[in-house]
This record gives sequence, structure tokens and C-alpha cells, in this order.
Amino acid sequence: MTDILQIKNLSKKFSETIAVNDISFNVKKGQCFGLLGPNGAGKTTTIEMMEGILKPTAGEILFNGHPIDKSYYHDIGIQFQHTAIQDYLTVGETLDMFAKFYTRTLSKAKLIEMCALEEIANRDTRKLSGGQRQRLLLALAMLNDPKIIFLDEPTTGLDPQSRRNFWQLIEKIKAENKTVLLTTHYMDEAESLCDEILIVDKGKIIQQGTPKAMLKEHFSGVIALLPINVQEKINRANIPYSVIKQQIEIESENIEQTIKQLLESEVSLEGLQVRSPNLEDLFIKLTGHKLRS
Amino acid sequence: MQKFIAIFKARNIEFLRDRATLSWNFIFPVLLLVGFSFVFSGDGKALYKVGILDTQATELKKEPSSFIQLEHLEFVNYQQAKKAILKVDQHKIDLLVDFSQQQYWVNSTSSKGYIVEQLLLAKHPEMQRSQTTGKPIRYIDWVMPGILGMNMMFSCLFGVGYVIVRYRKNGVLKRFQATPLSAFEFLAAQIASRLLIVVTVTSLLFIGCNFLFDFYILGSLLNLFIVAILGASSMIALSLLIASRSNSEEFTGGMLNFISWPMMFLSGVWFSLEGSPAFVQGFAQIFPLTHMLSAARAIMTDGASFSDIADHLIILSLMSVVFLAAGSWLFNWNGEKG
Repeated sequence: MTDILQIKNLSKKFSETIAVNDISFNVKKGQCFGLLGPNGAGKTTTIEMMEGILKPTAGEILFNGHPIDKSYYHDIGIQFQHTAIQDYLTVGETLDMFAKFYTRTLSKAKLIEMCALEEIANRDTRKLSGGQRQRLLLALAMLNDPKIIFLDEPTTGLDPQSRRNFWQLIEKIKAENKTVLLTTHYMDEAESLCDEILIVDKGKIIQQGTPKAMLKEHFSGVIALLPINVQEKINRANIPYSVIKQQIEIESENIEQTIKQLLESEVSLEGLQVRSPNLEDLFIKLTGHKLRS
Repeated sequence: MQKFIAIFKARNIEFLRDRATLSWNFIFPVLLLVGFSFVFSGDGKALYKVGILDTQATELKKEPSSFIQLEHLEFVNYQQAKKAILKVDQHKIDLLVDFSQQQYWVNSTSSKGYIVEQLLLAKHPEMQRSQTTGKPIRYIDWVMPGILGMNMMFSCLFGVGYVIVRYRKNGVLKRFQATPLSAFEFLAAQIASRLLIVVTVTSLLFIGCNFLFDFYILGSLLNLFIVAILGASSMIALSLLIASRSNSEEFTGGMLNFISWPMMFLSGVWFSLEGSPAFVQGFAQIFPLTHMLSAARAIMTDGASFSDIADHLIILSLMSVVFLAAGSWLFNWNGEKG
């Protein structure tokens, strides 16, 4: 796959704060690329520079090998984390207005069908629910049939059902071989949707790769979870562990051996859960804190 | 062009569907005009005002028993007969006397004119009568351009500046920025939309209020329309300049008030600045509203022609261009510094 976006030595400074510090990476055409990081890590600043909304302090962004300019907006679609749309217009009127900004657009009927807007097409945009609003914003991002779609925390604040519905929409977009750039707080979302992930913290890249490869690199077994009340006995058994969300987490390469060790130390196995490591475990391992910290 | 039309249309729809704002734009000036028509409907003045053509007034002072010695009469000298007769037509003076020609002018519809005429004839029965007709200029005729102008000022300043800052703050501008729409297309559509709204609302108000109050209009309605367009353009451009960068509604609200309140008091909305210190009159010339109201009143009450008000129109045009150029240059979609 060819690189559709090339980010070279990108930096952004706000007064004395360095939000993004000399980062470089490439995004391949047709992939879903996830940008992860805790609050204040610099991911929104990075994505807004890639969208052309913020001017970088240093570095450059190349789209298909060329520096970005205003014509770039004909080829990209953006769903911002915080945005509003003009009041007093209906969903249909909003789509009509934005369609006039572009030379190439998808048909209104296709957008409405694709983003499940049929029932709200004539509704005032002020009267939309969170999920409906996100679907309209996604339709606006898709309107010009873009080559790249930027989705900045698109499911934040949505209920689980709306989140799942939104994931299905993104899967549909991916199926059309479009490049998707996604930032999210939800590790399950990133794991489910992203082909490649970039983890940033304090404005720096700390890891990049496919979710599978990254998990393979940092974990070699499973994770055993136990209630916090067995902590004292585990200390005596001299088994390495961490406490996360008031639970004991033990990373184990050989779970049979670990369970044997626990039984020998008279640790109660009541409440024991065993699972595969996920991106959240990796994230905590790499950054030392949870995404929502 | 279609991007401009899309934004223009959307902004007009937004204004028309915002019922509360739309109603207020019509109700507020009508309420003020109705209020003023009641408050100033009576004539509480006991004084009679007599105009005297200048050269004769000098001679008259030599005659101690003449009409000019009467008490409770105010005498005003005029050098131009045409201008002075217009004052009689408009009931601004009750009688005009030319002693050199042994002639006087009285408005046949003026009751005060009749009283002063009797006083004159008692002293100078040889005087020849010339009759004029014409409606009186009431305070409401004078204040009406001020009230409509003030309504335009608030609509232009707050309807554009405040809205742009709100758009910037809640991310509407950021959403537009992420499209091929240029800042110029966006700003041009905002100006055109507000201009259409303000001029339409003002024209409808003018027609409706004229039906109710039968205003004194001596000059051309077309010239009045041109004044309204240039006045509104200059104030919209001023508003764009104020709102070009900020994303704080509080700051912009303060700035708009800082501009609009002195403009309201010093531009002659409620009272004339004639007789005020020269520096105050000079300072008032920096406001677009001053030029708009001066031109509008000159057309309405003095019948001023296009060339008579050309200086005001040139100043309003220059203000529009300068404010718009500065506002476009400073404009920022998302308020990012640097």
C-alpha cells in the first residue's frame, strides 16, 4: 500500500507549551489508522494539523506527496470532536448547504441511507440526540466522497448501542477502501476498527504498529485477574502483579504454573478471571496511566 | 458563487426561523415610535417663533414701538428667503416677516401662525400677506430616522459581530474552515445576508410607520434608500472588524456596547447636537450613524438632493471599505493565536 499521508518532523507550540514534539509517521492508503493517547497527549493537536486546521510550528504534511493547501479540503472529510452546525436548519438543508461547497459529492439519498438519517431528514438540527448528531456530522464528513476521513473521538459521550451502530458505519466506510484516521478514548473501539495504531504521550510517539503485533511484542501470555482482598497473600507468594481498577492483575506466560503457585500460597481462587491482554493493558504498560486519567 | 449563495441562504433561513429575534426587530422600533408619538403629541410651548429676513431686522431695531418689541416672541434671523419660507411650511417658525418688502408669510394651517399674524397686523396693518401651506414637522418626524437608524445599528453590530463570535466559539466556523469555502466567501455572504435583512426590515418598518404616522418626507425616497444601504454596509463592516478574531462573547459584547452606546448618544438619534461644543460635534463625525442620520434627515426634512448629501455618502463608502478590508485581513476562523 502506498502512503497517502506523510508526517515529517511535526511540532506545535502554544506559548510555552509544546503540545506536539517532532513526530514523524506515515499513513497508508485504505487503512484505518488509530491515534491514541491520554488526555493532553497531543493527539487532537496532531490530527488538527493533519486536517489543515492548525498551523504547525515546524515540520510538514504531505498528501499524496504534495504539501497540503486549500484544495486538500476537496479530498478529505472531517468529523471534529467539538463542533456545531448552524442553527434552525434541518438535517436535509444542512447537507444541501455543505454540498454546495464541493465540486464532487455523493448523492443526498445515498448519504441519508448510509448514515441512517431517513427518519430525521426534516428535523431541526437543534433537536437531534447525541447519536443522531454524530451520524449527521459523519454524513457531512462523507459528503464529498473523500479519500481520507478524519474522525476525532466520534463516539465520545454516546451510549453503548449508539457506539456499536457508529462502528458499523465506520466498517461500511472502510469497506469502500477509504483511509480513516481515528482518535478515540475507547481501546475496544481502536482494537475493533484500526489496522494500525500510533500511541502518543506528552507530544511524542511512544509506539506504532498493528494492534496484534504490538500486543505480541509486549505480552507473551494471558492476564489473570483476582479480587484485591488477596493482595497480602500474593505479596507473600512473591508473584509480580499490578493493581488496576481495584483488581490484582498478574501477567502470566504459563497460566497453569501461575495457578499452581497461587494455590501453594493458599490464595483463594474465588473470582479468578483469565483473559487475553488487550490494547488497554498495553496502553497502561506503555504510558503508566489509563486513557481517561 | 454557489458557496456564497449557500451561506447567504442558510443565514437568511436562520434569521427568519428565529422568531424571537425576527419579532423583536420589528416590534422594538414601532414601540419606540408609538411611545414618542404619545409623549410628544402635545405642544407645551407658550413661545411664538418669528423669522425675520436679516437686513430688515437690523433696520427694525431702530423702531422702538415696532412689532419686534413685543414680549414672548422669539425672533430668528434668516438670510435666504427660500430657506426661511420652508421653515414656515414646516411650522418650524410661526411667521416670516420681510420689512423691506412690507410682506409676511404665514402657514394657513398653523393656529399659532394665526395668532402671531394678528399681533403683526395690529402693529403694521400695511403689511402684505403671503400664504403658504405645509404640514408641521413634529418631533416624531425628526426622531423617526434616529430610531430606525438605531435599530439598524443594533441589528448590524450584534446581528453580525455577535453571531460570528458565537459561531467561532461553538465550532461552526471550524466546520466551515474544513471545507473549500474561503474566508472571503463566508464574510461576503454574511454581509450580503445582513444587508438584505436590515434593509428589508427597515423598509417595511418605514412603510408601516409612515402609514401610521404620515411622516414628513420632502426629498427622494431613492436617495433615502441609498443612504440606508451605505449606512448599513458601513456598520456591518465595522461589526466584522470587531468580531474578526475574538472567540469570547463577553469581550465582543463589551466591545459592541462600547461602540454602540456613544454612537447612540452622539450621532443624533434622540436629540440634535446643534449648540453642543465643537469638539463633541467633531468627535461624532467618526461614527457611521452620524453620517447616515444627517443625510437621512437632510433628505426628509430639507429635501436635500443627491449632491447635497454626497459628502456623507463618500464618508460612509470609505468607512465600509476600510472596515471591511481590515476585518478581512484580521479574520481568523478558529481564534488561534499566532
